[in-house]
Amino acid sequence: MKIVVCVKQVPDTKGGVKFNPDGTLDRGAMLTIMNPDDKAGLEAALRLKDQYGAEVTVLTMGLPKAEDVLREAMAMGADNGILVTDRVLGGADTWATSTTLAGAIRNLEYDLIITGRQAIDGDTAQVGPQISEHLGIPVISYAQDIKVEGDSVIVERQYEDRYHVVKAKMPCLVTALAELNEPRYMTPGGIFDSLEKEITVWGRANLVDVDDSNLGLAGSPTKIAKASDKVRKGTGEKVTLDPEEAVSYLMNKLTEKHVI
Amino acid sequence: MDFTLSKKHEMARTLFRDFAQNEVKPLAQDVDETETFPRETVDKMAKLGFLGIPIPKEYGGQGCDPLTYTMCVEELSKVCGTTGVIVSAHTSLCCDPIQTYGTEEQKQKYLVPLAKGEKLGAFGLTEPGAGTDAQGQQTKAVLDGDEWVLNGSKCFITNGKEADIYIVIAITGMVEKRGRMTKEISAFIVEKGTPGFTFGTKEKKMGIRGSSTYELIFTDCRIPKENLLGAKGKGFGIAMHTLDGGRIGIAAQALGLAEGALETTIEYVKERKQFGRAIGAFQNTQFQLADMATRVEAAKLLVYKAAMAKATQKTYSVEAAQAKLYAAEVAMEVTTKAVQLHGGYGYIREYDVERMMRDAKITEIYEGTSEVQRMVISGSLLK
Repeated sequence: MKIVVCVKQVPDTKGGVKFNPDGTLDRGAMLTIMNPDDKAGLEAALRLKDQYGAEVTVLTMGLPKAEDVLREAMAMGADNGILVTDRVLGGADTWATSTTLAGAIRNLEYDLIITGRQAIDGDTAQVGPQISEHLGIPVISYAQDIKVEGDSVIVERQYEDRYHVVKAKMPCLVTALAELNEPRYMTPGGIFDSLEKEITVWGRANLVDVDDSNLGLAGSPTKIAKASDKVRKGTGEKVTLDPEEAVSYLMNKLTEKHVI
Repeated sequence: MDFTLSKKHEMARTLFRDFAQNEVKPLAQDVDETETFPRETVDKMAKLGFLGIPIPKEYGGQGCDPLTYTMCVEELSKVCGTTGVIVSAHTSLCCDPIQTYGTEEQKQKYLVPLAKGEKLGAFGLTEPGAGTDAQGQQTKAVLDGDEWVLNGSKCFITNGKEADIYIVIAITGMVEKRGRMTKEISAFIVEKGTPGFTFGTKEKKMGIRGSSTYELIFTDCRIPKENLLGAKGKGFGIAMHTLDGGRIGIAAQALGLAEGALETTIEYVKERKQFGRAIGAFQNTQFQLADMATRVEAAKLLVYKAAMAKATQKTYSVEAAQAKLYAAEVAMEVTTKAVQLHGGYGYIREYDVERMMRDAKITEIYEGTSEVQRMVISGSLLK
């Protein structure tokens, strides 16, 4: 079985957020981690590898330093890493990103593609399903459990108050939730080995069946008008009153601030 | 000269730090308070290969270098001195001598399960009457047919009751050296469960209280002849070489404790307010922190240098002694200052720096006291 896992290097929310003048994230200037949903997807793939002997390829699009997440994935047990990086691909929204990733995946043999549900920097949850659309394969999103049976994948698809068990023939794409599993740590030997391995680096020229008009900032239908860091809230006000007084105090405050 | 860490060492540090923060730190206070050996953590570390970091892959290890192992002990010790020394004693004092002096059969039988973390290792040199004077051994081993018969005891043994495989130093006879009769000392591999091998009482310690420190007792303990480690009569050299490596591990533990205390104190002085402002705003605090950080950095350079020397040099006794001497004294100084900067809270067991200060003290004592390190260093200067 061949599994492709799409991972994204995202800002480590502990390290603060920085923006470019055009409103996109200044990824080069921020501390980064592997997106948590993607890491769960990778762990799911590695468990299938442990169970069935699958070959796991991790794929990412990003700056050259996005190589770090590929090394981390390989230190956890992934077999191959592919970095898609090219200036013309910069500033991509979900449409341009999924177009790019699908263009890269067309070079590969695969039975299963796993992506994270969504990235913590964009929170769109669009890229995984869009890739499946580009490739013309089924998608099962929000996986909280993934099993393989013969040539099919059986997924528990999470809803707010229930889950559905969905079976699909491979090849297909599954988007993983962070709560799918507890991702394993790297191992010291895995780290040393990962740095001995070659990472495949692809650019625009390696993408199959994609149109330039669908790539990068220029090919992104989403235009960011303005982006800013989270505005810190004030410390608030604490009052200790009996219930009756508290209600009238609160009502006054809400009226004062034109909330009601 | 390049002081930047390589990519692989940076990644390894991230791994050890994440593991220490997520898996070790939450248990550290309880491990100390209840004097509990953190078996669950050891099992997790075994699974991740932390118990065989510098051992070659063909013997079940991770195939990394001494610096990676050093950083592992450092990061673990930042949050828990007990967990740091478990890895250090296992790797430096048990795996290393078998890797260095063991036969192929011994490596297959003992080093492979040790490096995989299926077994835990320990080392017995110290005796009630043979501490710094390691030549004063009393434990004897006598060859009887195809077996060595061990009699005697070893004290203050780290991983004591929790280990499975022990390196034990014992007298195998008397030999003439420069016209004088001296003890012939040899090294042995002893398995837990061997008849005649029992444990004394558990030591109640000031620090590293989760570490299992026991007396090992040998009463007509018969081990196979082939469990002699290295050549007969070479045991003292094996023990000294083993301790050279061990000192790098303890230096890393000391460094970690100092770093942990410094980091904790930096956070504390930003929060703690007196006279209407954070105590970090006072120049006394700032100068104390500056001194602590500078000493920690100097200790780190010595410790990493010793680890690199182990990877590239045949002998590294002086580098190891300097690293251990300095890092241990820095650990004691920095943890003491950390307690002082915490004021009354630093004296309360709820605060990590109290434990760190108690843990730090042993680094000036075990695997060669600071005085022994000074003997090693000055001996190399005056020879």
